[in-house]
Amino acid sequence: MNILLKNGRLIDPVSGRDETVDIHIVNGRIDKLGHNITASGSTQSIDLKGKIVAPGFFDMHVHLREPGFEHKETILTGCTSAAAGGFTAVACMPNTKPAIDDESVIKFIHERAKIALNGLVDVYPIGAVTLGRKGEHLAPLAELASAGAVAFTDDGDPVHDAEIMRRALEYSSMFKKAVIQHAQDLPLTKGGVMNEGFNSTTLGLPGMPSVAEDLMVARDIQLAKYTNAQYHVAHLSTAGCVELVRDAKKNGLHVTCEVTPHHFTLTDDAVRTYDTNTKMNPPLRSRDDVEAMKEGLRDGTIDAIATDHAPHSFDEKQVEFQQAPFGIVGLETAIGLAITELFEKNILSLFQLIEKFSTNPRRILHLHEIKIQEGESANFTLFDPSVEWKVDVQKFKSKSKNSPFGGYVLRGKAVGIINNGQAYWN
Amino acid sequence: MPKEDIQLILDTAVSFREVLERPIKKVPPLQGKTIANLFFESSTRTRLSFELAERRLSADVLGFQAAGSSVSKGETLKDTARNIEAMKIDMVVMRHAASGAPHYLSTVIESAVINAGDGGHEHPTQALLDMYTLREKFNKLQDLHICIVGDISHSRVARSNIYGLKTMGAKVSVCGPATLIPRDVERLGVDVYHHIDDVLPKVDALNILRIQLERDAGRLFPSIREYHNYYGITRQRLDKAGGEVVIMHPGPINRDVEISADVADGENSVILQQVLNGVAVRMAVLYLLGTRN
Repeated sequence: MNILLKNGRLIDPVSGRDETVDIHIVNGRIDKLGHNITASGSTQSIDLKGKIVAPGFFDMHVHLREPGFEHKETILTGCTSAAAGGFTAVACMPNTKPAIDDESVIKFIHERAKIALNGLVDVYPIGAVTLGRKGEHLAPLAELASAGAVAFTDDGDPVHDAEIMRRALEYSSMFKKAVIQHAQDLPLTKGGVMNEGFNSTTLGLPGMPSVAEDLMVARDIQLAKYTNAQYHVAHLSTAGCVELVRDAKKNGLHVTCEVTPHHFTLTDDAVRTYDTNTKMNPPLRSRDDVEAMKEGLRDGTIDAIATDHAPHSFDEKQVEFQQAPFGIVGLETAIGLAITELFEKNILSLFQLIEKFSTNPRRILHLHEIKIQEGESANFTLFDPSVEWKVDVQKFKSKSKNSPFGGYVLRGKAVGIINNGQAYWN
Repeated sequence: MPKEDIQLILDTAVSFREVLERPIKKVPPLQGKTIANLFFESSTRTRLSFELAERRLSADVLGFQAAGSSVSKGETLKDTARNIEAMKIDMVVMRHAASGAPHYLSTVIESAVINAGDGGHEHPTQALLDMYTLREKFNKLQDLHICIVGDISHSRVARSNIYGLKTMGAKVSVCGPATLIPRDVERLGVDVYHHIDDVLPKVDALNILRIQLERDAGRLFPSIREYHNYYGITRQRLDKAGGEVVIMHPGPINRDVEISADVADGENSVILQQVLNGVAVRMAVLYLLGTRN
């Protein structure tokens, strides 16, 4: 694969670079990086004037659903969705069937990922903290780490038992892996299907109070402090959690967090139509919470943007709100929402945005940095920060279309990705 | 629902209320129309009230109970309703335990859907019959002060009453233990009370809600005994507050829990009028929807 990227604006947080350059890629490696490079022979030349060239984007929170729920998504369709959304890598969550609590499941996912689009998208499995994600017995964390698990979580469910959480933090710190928490106090959220507040009151739907998330994060931060371990909050959604993580960082703890595009875009006002595509866990919160997400992104409290891509089939969402499963797809709207809500509204610069989409997730998961220099392999996300487009869920590459953003007009879209000697163009 | 619509329904109900006093209580406007009553949650009063209203308007009536139906075999609401609609019906009356279920159903079927109570969300015809009963008693709704007492959190009756009464210019308060008052409810324009004796002297009518004995005692409040002692509406409590208040209850009543027997059966109780008016109000709603176009 020989490609010449002409006139793109390269923004690389790792080297601090921001300049218009030509990049010549030969056999998947950066052959030349400079100005006025001309294409020769079989090289495909692509004009990227006005477009951004960034180190490959990494979505650290994706449900690929395989094995077990292939009617929602497969590793192939999930990777295609990631590529279309501008991600060269994803970390996949262990709530599969069987759960990722055994090295054989990790091997299976690696194998499938290798043949999906010829390995275009890197897939990094995240192992379960407990066997079957039941919260009772520790999963074989060392074995999972050796097989390639990049972190541990019981996501979908919290690690509820404080003793199990403590031991998981201690054990995983032996091989420098984060424990990622789906923070939710279960008794406080029993039966809940949306944020508790004025909207749950008028809709008559059982609420999940924000304090249920705050409590779990507060507890975990104390445990992380006590065990000196690395702790990461998945999809945080409350102003209280932002405050807690901010303080933990100030106190020098190894605590990080991510936010989803829907939690910095929508409030629980969106639920008023009983649209089951506004049902996710954690739920859409209040205006104050959304503003806190933006402030957390701006001041660096929130390290990463991750989608919590959670595909469900059409029929599964065609039910009463209370019966519907939690979750929405997110890979193909992430860049558009981030540019529209964060860059356009002066919350983040493109430089910061790329940090949250690429550099920071890799750092949290202890993966190697993407080096953009001659001789290194090419791992790029190319996007147009100014193009306007209308979201058509039927055009999603994901097998599932469960998004509340259908019909939204967004600014910013992936042009394509380059990774592992492959390219994908939108 | 806008004020004019509520007014229209209540005015229309007056003539049907008169029909119910006739020796022959049947009129022909919905002749040839078929109405399916889809009751996915058990109900006696509301189901019979709707059924009677439908029959008195000469509609053909299809009954449905969730138990023993395809729902118990795992069929979705959408499929069940679309199958029944395929048999050419004109209107659906639905009771469902899930909030928003009628709203959802109206997006997947063509027929008009009437909400006969959905989860903790709304029970519009109950609020309409409550307003009808109050209007009958006071000749107005404007500036009346009504207090809804009990489990506001889980009550569809409370929500619909708040919307309806506020729209008609009445003042609405809610009273109950803090654990049964939903979050931010004051944003609906109601005053919140936790001590029933504080609000009693101020009100024209009480709408007393049923306490779910099985579900709530022990978790949402300590015990039935304590609830009765602090929130139960008794003769003694009413006397102490002075003045007479109209007593309403959507039923079914737990005697000597939320309301004492002498109050329920007392001269200011309009509980049975509510039931009778319910038929007239539902006739009005069915008539107005069924004869559109």
